[in-house]
Amino acid sequence: MTSREQTVLDDVTRIGGVRSALLVSADDGLVVAESSVEGQHTEAAAAFAARLAQRLTVLTRTLQTPPMSMLLLQASGGQLFITQGGEGLLFVAITSNDVNIGEVRLALLDAAGRIA
Amino acid sequence: MTDDIASMTLKLAQDPASLVFLPLAESLRKRGQLDAALTVAARGAARYPELADAHDLVARIQSDRGAGDDAFDAWTSVLRLVPDHLGAHKGLAFLSYRTGDLGRSVKHLTRALELAPTDTSLAGAIERLRTLMATRAESVNPPEADRIPVTPEADRGRPATEQTPTLLFDQQGRVMQGTLARADGVDASDAVAAALAGVSREAERATRLLDLGEWRAIAIESGAVNYELRTPTPETLLLVMRGREVPAGRLARIADRAVERARQWLEDIV
Repeated sequence: MTSREQTVLDDVTRIGGVRSALLVSADDGLVVAESSVEGQHTEAAAAFAARLAQRLTVLTRTLQTPPMSMLLLQASGGQLFITQGGEGLLFVAITSNDVNIGEVRLALLDAAGRIA
Repeated sequence: MTDDIASMTLKLAQDPASLVFLPLAESLRKRGQLDAALTVAARGAARYPELADAHDLVARIQSDRGAGDDAFDAWTSVLRLVPDHLGAHKGLAFLSYRTGDLGRSVKHLTRALELAPTDTSLAGAIERLRTLMATRAESVNPPEADRIPVTPEADRGRPATEQTPTLLFDQQGRVMQGTLARADGVDASDAVAAALAGVSREAERATRLLDLGEWRAIAIESGAVNYELRTPTPETLLLVMRGREVPAGRLARIADRAVERARQWLEDIV
């Protein structure tokens, strides 16, 4: 992990309501780098993000649409954002439900652009 | 074999920390006693979380049970501990093949072949998969970015902005209602349902581990197309798709209505 990746992740977690930001290997779901403001089971988020991205790759390929650029899972107690983070990487953010979705979305897309 | 199992079972009972759980679970697996094998292997893996072979054994048992997601988890744990674990790469190649992700399957097989260069069966499998991928590529038109798949029959005649391809399917990947088609008009409903079957269980597990509560929706952006995945009932999934010109918030409302219609339809057919 480089200081640049850590800086990018730290920038995301500075947004109000963001609990964790992760850089995940899309191939095997392993955490490459992370920034958490509170204790989180980040390995579970990483593994899930990778599996989901793999399934959605099959979906978009099947329907001949472009690859997934952003995913938002909404749950009763929080949210999970996933976006492509460059070659073989995923950006994942875990947030509360009162977060500004648009702000987190843009921050992740910006983060992905800075890492790529 | 039975005597061996009895002997090993006794040994494990006398010494729960014994590594005899590995051959015991393997023997049970080979006899087809998968539930018992899983119990033994999972306990062993919990006791020795750093033992890659224990997770590999759990993965193989889960794979035999048809629990691909759990097998994936276990083999991923193996690679976390031993990145060059031959069995894990073979296993993940198999799971990827089973879910239709041939590229990923080839990738794992290629790594396995690097680890076991004299294994001619791996080279043969890679060649067969590459041939299959080439055949598939020739059988469909090349993807055209940002094209929206054709609409279902019910939407024909409506303005493009009001068309909402929707697919209702069960957790086993069986289509129940609706149609989704590729950009060239070929029905892709079964393939989509198969690709997304099991997502709900994975989402449940992930949100539970992350203490996020019950999952409600998954919104996906894909170029000019947005998708929204819902679970109208615990047994079903609903995928709604619209062009990017429909904002995410509005697509969520459209999905709300589709969920209500799906629930009503499910009640009516019972």
